Amino acid sequence: MSTAAPTAPTTPKPSAGARVRKILQARETGVIMAFLVVLAVTTAINPSFLFSKDGWRDLFLTPSILVVLAVGQAIVIITRNVDLSVGSILGLVAYATGRMFVDTGLPIVVVLLLAVLLGVGLGLINGALVAFAKVPALVITLGTLYIYRGIMMSWAGSDRINASDIPRDLLSFGTSSILGIPSLAWISFVVLGIAAYLMGRTRGGREMYAIGSDPDAATLYGLKKTKRTLLAFAASGGLAGLAGVLYVARYGTISSGAGLGIEFEAVGAAVIGGVAIFGGSGTIFGAAVGAYLLMTINRGLPILGIQDFWQRAVVGLLIIAAIVLDKVLRERQHKKLLAERDAA
Amino acid sequence: MTSLLHPSDAPAQQGTRTYRDHQRPLWQRALLNRDVAVWAALVAVYLYASATVPFFDRPITITYLLLDVAPILLIALPMTLVIITGEIDLSVASTVALASVSFGVLYDKGTPILVAAVAALLVGVLCGAFNGFLVTVVGLPSLAVTIGTLALYRGVAVGLLGTTAVTDFPDAWTDWARGRIGESDIPSIMIPFAVLAILFILLLHFTAFGRGVYAIGLNEGAARFSGIRVERTKLILFVLTGVVSALAGIYYTLRYGSARGDNANGMELQVIAAVLLGGVSIFGGRGALPGVIAGVLLIGAIGSALRLADQTADVINIVTGLLLVVSVVGSSALGWVSSRRRRRGAPEPQSSTTKTGNTLPDTDSPVGERERESR
Repeated sequence: MSTAAPTAPTTPKPSAGARVRKILQARETGVIMAFLVVLAVTTAINPSFLFSKDGWRDLFLTPSILVVLAVGQAIVIITRNVDLSVGSILGLVAYATGRMFVDTGLPIVVVLLLAVLLGVGLGLINGALVAFAKVPALVITLGTLYIYRGIMMSWAGSDRINASDIPRDLLSFGTSSILGIPSLAWISFVVLGIAAYLMGRTRGGREMYAIGSDPDAATLYGLKKTKRTLLAFAASGGLAGLAGVLYVARYGTISSGAGLGIEFEAVGAAVIGGVAIFGGSGTIFGAAVGAYLLMTINRGLPILGIQDFWQRAVVGLLIIAAIVLDKVLRERQHKKLLAERDAA
Repeated sequence: MTSLLHPSDAPAQQGTRTYRDHQRPLWQRALLNRDVAVWAALVAVYLYASATVPFFDRPITITYLLLDVAPILLIALPMTLVIITGEIDLSVASTVALASVSFGVLYDKGTPILVAAVAALLVGVLCGAFNGFLVTVVGLPSLAVTIGTLALYRGVAVGLLGTTAVTDFPDAWTDWARGRIGESDIPSIMIPFAVLAILFILLLHFTAFGRGVYAIGLNEGAARFSGIRVERTKLILFVLTGVVSALAGIYYTLRYGSARGDNANGMELQVIAAVLLGGVSIFGGRGALPGVIAGVLLIGAIGSALRLADQTADVINIVTGLLLVVSVVGSSALGWVSSRRRRRGAPEPQSSTTKTGNTLPDTDSPVGERERESR
């Protein structure tokens, strides 16, 4: 969507009115409004949804893992790729983390670092296959989705990691709060802040937008497409690995189903948050808000008297609505640009 | 995925094509193509497994292999056509589940079973038409649309039944779904499935409609200008995919005697893996049904050999994933090698091009031998 396009540094500073209008028209604003409406309606029906200790905590805790995944997914989608293997990476890394605690006496920090590095490595495999074989990311990550999950499951067999095997410090960190907001949510905020800065304000990040919006033009211009593709997948894999670590901290128990199917929610969160599946536009912040919207709807459905079995149907409708909206906005923008050209 | 998402990219992706039909003797064209390679792999796997895996050579293995791959085989037929046009449908397994649940719920509520089956097929038509409407009329990329409807159809299926299941189907129907032809080891459902497969082969390879399908995948703009009704063709294909998926859903329900919201979970991946393994290019324009059928059977044979060799489902998942990655990366690498070899042999004006896509150095599609080069 156009709103995500960077303002060139040479343009004069927009007036205050124009800036307000820009914020109001931003896609992210719409998603935030939807989020607030869901929050308001469910809270009106059941005040404890927000105004209880658990309700307040869950508001931030539930989306934190998906936020981390959605940030990674947004980076990959912006470069006009997609990473369907994130759920499998999450599961594999979570299990590897648990195994390291069970089998080795390594300090917690070292284990967590190794776990995230494992995620980066798995992401790099995806990236290398996509970048060098020039095969669509959809196909490659569909394959690695199977492979990574298969490795995890044949490694785990029928046993699973129990909370008693996980260091108490990590588990208590998973349930702790700082300033009334869960620690895991703070981690997701930090990830969000760093990724938003890198993608929005640095040269490397802007090049990813350029590559995603027109790969051929970017190549002609001399941008290092291979390197950026590798980086995007490494970031997505690393963040999926981090999500695996957060999963361990939060749940303690790791079965073979960890992260199963969450890749579709991650793609959904990004798309709903305004990251166009065509690549080249959308913001990291939007993807995170999309994750908040999804998970809050998920928690809100039972309160609205709808069985939570219907959750996936709602997610599906939201995804479709989001891409239809993108299409309409893009066409309107296109017409506007044409009109401006004709007037000039 | 680029070309899936961006019709406008098609020219860049496809680039210059060179036609080499005349450069190659007929026997090479007939024998050295992707379809034959997949069939050869299937025979090789079958012979090797018969020799090394205990019980694999029993006829009953074939029966179960066919019963297991039947839904994948069915859905792969229309999916091949969809992918050849350059689109994709990720929602097929969710359609299977939704049709299965509709069939089960209606029957459970006292609808005659035949009526319930017809209604389930109609649900499939609706699912496919909705996908097709969003792709062709609204003009959205099929990948995005069908990720959405994957969640939507599955969500409705799970929403309707929750964690419960309808299991009480008439024996006559379930027996037929599991039965065999007379005294043979071939499942009786293979008869209607074979008829369907033949119909699809005729449709794709022997009709003007089928030519149009290839033309759209090769160059949508050119196809449109030569009078092919691109939107109508795609809409028909999505509806066909929906109704065949629903048929697979009814079969799945009867075979396992259970209508559940989580039926066929993840089957979309197996179908797409089989189709690509069978030599269909994800960029569109190339591939043939005989190869796809071999691809489905190959995945099924490897799966059943591994199961009989006491490997777990997880190993089968790894192998399926590796097959998918190797088949796409491998053909891309082969294309690269052959283009280098040709460059060294006879320098051509386009010799500096790197090849992408599903290129083997031989015939891939019955439309003719085409070389796909990019940039």
